[in-house]
Amino acid sequence: MIRRDDVAAGRASSRASALLRGARRLAAAAVLALGFAGVAQAAIDAYTFKDDAERARYTELTRELRCPKCQNQDIADSNAPIAADLRKEIYRMLGEGQSNQQIIDFMVDRYGEFVRYKPELNAHTWLLWFGPAGLLLGGAVLIGVIVVRRRRTSREDADVLSDEERQRLAHLLDKNRE
Amino acid sequence: MKRWMLLIPLVLFLGMAGLLYRGLYLDPSELPSALIGKPFPEFNLPAVQDGKPLTRADLLGKPALVNVWGTWCVACRVEHPVLTKLAEQGVVIYGVNYKDVNAEAQKWLKEFHDPYQLNINDEAGSLGLNLGVYGAPETFLIDAKGVIRYKHVGVIDQTVWREKLAGQYQALVDEGRE
Repeated sequence: MIRRDDVAAGRASSRASALLRGARRLAAAAVLALGFAGVAQAAIDAYTFKDDAERARYTELTRELRCPKCQNQDIADSNAPIAADLRKEIYRMLGEGQSNQQIIDFMVDRYGEFVRYKPELNAHTWLLWFGPAGLLLGGAVLIGVIVVRRRRTSREDADVLSDEERQRLAHLLDKNRE
Repeated sequence: MKRWMLLIPLVLFLGMAGLLYRGLYLDPSELPSALIGKPFPEFNLPAVQDGKPLTRADLLGKPALVNVWGTWCVACRVEHPVLTKLAEQGVVIYGVNYKDVNAEAQKWLKEFHDPYQLNINDEAGSLGLNLGVYGAPETFLIDAKGVIRYKHVGVIDQTVWREKLAGQYQALVDEGRE
């Protein structure tokens, strides 16, 4: 015969084991998540390089090239599949011993000048390169001109009347006094 | 200071406003293709349906649309009926099945209408890379000699066809007749 408190005890113990099971599940999930974090990290840096110089070039190139799909990210930063493809392509070309310029030309041939964060200096891009500095310089020159002009006029103000005019002024003032 | 110089700030403001106003209506995700006027890249890939090897030579002879698509691409589903209609009107359309699972592509072509004269299986995305594809659907207009004349990124609907592609396609067809 089953007594009431037995049932209650049974319930309590099943609750406890449910709690334990929950905790275990949580722990498992945490371990799994950590594992995935490791995988995600590895997916970005799964390439092995010949030496540090090659790794540095890879980093430099993936930072200088822009992702065509997610336009304001470089391809090192982007998770888009196209960026992953381009990273793979850069890795392959580095392995083949191609120069940075060759790799950049390869990308520009396919995706246009757009993919470069540092576009080449040519007739189309000189304004982009020198525009900001030019504007700054222009502004400085303008301010300089204004300041110099002001100074000159304020100095001229001191002797704005010629000797002749001064005599006339004195004369007029004398006349008024009389 | 001369009087007209007072107008300079107004002119600058209007110029800036004009520039920014135009910027409101530009779509920065539409990149000009670097490949326009260049030959369609060489490739050697199997066909989607029967695995028969296809090369660039298979695309020559007639002006055509080369449509980059995938079963994973939602917009391609939207575009599909339009392409089917165009194919029925006699427009030559070749497919590049880009980064897709071939079995799924075959299923898609069986289940829906197949507007493609032939379909290139670009599972690894190598042809896509050489074409500067950064998202599907993308459609290239090539002439009979295989030179890329135009590229449209995004879905082709009736409006896009009428306003951007139909005229150029017709011109290429007429060119071939003369």
